Amino acid sequence: MDVVEEHDIQDKPTKKKTKKPKKQPKPQHENGDDSMVEKTDPEHVDAPAEFSFPPTFSVSEIKNKQRRHLMFMKLKQEKRKFEQKMAMKKKKKKERDALGDKAPPKEVPKTIENQRVYDETTVNPEDEEVAFDEGTDEFSAYFNRLTNPKVLITTSDRPRGRTVRFCNQLATVIPDAHVYYRRGLALKRVIPQCVARGFTYLMVINEDRKVPNGMVLCHLPDGPTAHFKVSSVRLRKEMKRRGKDPTEHSPEVILNNFTTRLGHSMGRLFAALFPHDPQFVGRQVATFHNQRDFIFFRFHRYIFKNEKRVGIQELGPRFTLKLRSLQKGTFDSKFGEYEWVLKRHENDVCRRRFNL
Amino acid sequence: MADKSQLCSVWVGSETGILKGVSLSKKQAFNFCEMSCLSRDQEVCVLGWGDPQETEVLVGSVNGTVKTFSTEKGIFTETRQCGESTHGRFTGLAVTDRALITCVETGLLRVWKEGSTDTVEINAGKNVCRMRQNPSQRNQVATGGKENGLKVWDLERPETPIFTSKNVRNDWLDLRVPEWVRDMAFIPDSDKIITCTGHHQVRVYDPASPQRRPVLEAQFGEYPLTALSLPASQDSVVVGNTHGQLAILDLRKGLVRGCLKGLAGGVRGLQCHPSLPLVASCGLDRFLRVHSLEDRTLQHKVYLKSRLNCVLLSSRDLELSSTGVTGDVEEVKEEGGELDEVWDTMEMIKEKAKKRATEEEEAVVEEAEKKTKKKIKVVK
Repeated sequence: MDVVEEHDIQDKPTKKKTKKPKKQPKPQHENGDDSMVEKTDPEHVDAPAEFSFPPTFSVSEIKNKQRRHLMFMKLKQEKRKFEQKMAMKKKKKKERDALGDKAPPKEVPKTIENQRVYDETTVNPEDEEVAFDEGTDEFSAYFNRLTNPKVLITTSDRPRGRTVRFCNQLATVIPDAHVYYRRGLALKRVIPQCVARGFTYLMVINEDRKVPNGMVLCHLPDGPTAHFKVSSVRLRKEMKRRGKDPTEHSPEVILNNFTTRLGHSMGRLFAALFPHDPQFVGRQVATFHNQRDFIFFRFHRYIFKNEKRVGIQELGPRFTLKLRSLQKGTFDSKFGEYEWVLKRHENDVCRRRFNL
Repeated sequence: MADKSQLCSVWVGSETGILKGVSLSKKQAFNFCEMSCLSRDQEVCVLGWGDPQETEVLVGSVNGTVKTFSTEKGIFTETRQCGESTHGRFTGLAVTDRALITCVETGLLRVWKEGSTDTVEINAGKNVCRMRQNPSQRNQVATGGKENGLKVWDLERPETPIFTSKNVRNDWLDLRVPEWVRDMAFIPDSDKIITCTGHHQVRVYDPASPQRRPVLEAQFGEYPLTALSLPASQDSVVVGNTHGQLAILDLRKGLVRGCLKGLAGGVRGLQCHPSLPLVASCGLDRFLRVHSLEDRTLQHKVYLKSRLNCVLLSSRDLELSSTGVTGDVEEVKEEGGELDEVWDTMEMIKEKAKKRATEEEEAVVEEAEKKTKKKIKVVK
């Protein structure tokens, strides 16, 4: 159940529909962004053309008889398989149409998301105790409109170019964000100074081997600290078909699939990064999509072509996050108390159990 | 309400101020809270038994009130104001012959006598993290905290502690070793006290020996140890740390005997059952877990929507389901092995008790032999 859409988008019902086909996230995220967009159904393309030969190639051009024979057999096999598959499909369709109303329902393929083990911490929207807990937790000041977010973005010591550019791009995405150079300062000393200057969030991007790989997000007055693993960072230059740079308008925020209690805390953590009222004039939207415990961040600009069709352009950086630990209180990795810690061996037991 | 509270064998206090009772045999949790006015300043800091028969639970909250909850009636019967929220949170709660002992973080240990308003006060130093009472000698309490070593006080002589511990020697760099006592326990049948520290050490002190330094020191993990409990069997201790790691340590040599898995958040409360080899743990991940100490497996896991601060186990058998345990039913349970005999005796008992007896029977069957006698579906 998709929970917590930050702002009221009842006037844009179709927006999600056009987004979803693009968003077929791969949890292993080894491939680049190409896989996300181009995972189209290859069925309508000629199945035999699976090898990347130049288009003018044909089997008869191979001079060696044995090899030519082998290639031809392979080609015939694939063609046969393809034909069989099409025939099966046609037959099934015919049977379906013949039965009409009495046809058995379409079989839904099993995916890991379908088979997800029910998590008992899934939040029930009517639960009073959880509502009270959330209403009085560390984010209540933001959700009761008492404070406005102000984010300080910094890195680990001596960041390299990629990380610096990433931080700058993040600062354009998040309104009222300031980037500061770390200068080897201890975070525990930075935090009281941030609180004194009215910051509500401290975001530290950790870098390893010239690439950002971790993020510590600390909610400031006394709030929880989340430590993430960052992967698959794509800067603006590397995005294909991207739009112009984001403007200063506050974006809308979409939080998808944060169902469990921990997921709720995470959702609130992300929501509190952005100002309450989005400026719809800017037509920008930031999405945090949770799938299989990976959180995918995307930043888009949308435009309504007519009542039913929306066009979107991806701007801004994209990255994936995986929560490693959530600590109660401000950053104190040695003596702080952890609300949730990722324990890999315990999570590897069941592939269909997720925490967020 | 009353019947629900009588079923509960584990009591848990949460950060939202709700006292939760859990019945492990029925696998149900109940919330006991006054009205619907919850607030964060009623957050439960400490839980304790009000009397040796375990019919009253004392609940200490952040705003300084100590409420008495009766398990038989299922309601809060009394509220006492024992200090204000400015004094700090409660770090310990104990009862001795009609007097209530409370200790707060600022080190003020008070004995509240029933009836009179004046209190005996002891200053236990600053930053006290925990106060515990000696179960065999009820007028002795131990306190300890951050940079505040273990001190054992006798309430009849409130001026000076009867035992003050000394910090260990300087380490190999000749630097003072910081001390931070997080939790302590009195080892039964001896004078010794065991403490766990925020610097992942477990130390045993012996007031009977001439040395004030620890007799035994053991280390576990890299994170502060927040809770400690002594199981029924001697020579071991269960500790939990802020990362959710629970370990059983052996006290003879100070080695780790094994770890209990499952917790994902910091351990806030830990208690071993007085007779059975079970340990209940609760923490920031909003779950109550009961592990078995012999094979270190998870027996029960209950989701209790708020962060949990403290846990209290009753001494009665946790698998025993209900109230009004009649003599007949107890006999049935004790017989155990011979199931046919048990079935025969069951037919002779009346209707109501029979229902409970069959429940017992089911518990025994499931535990003992896993036969398919579950065709008797008793409406619970």
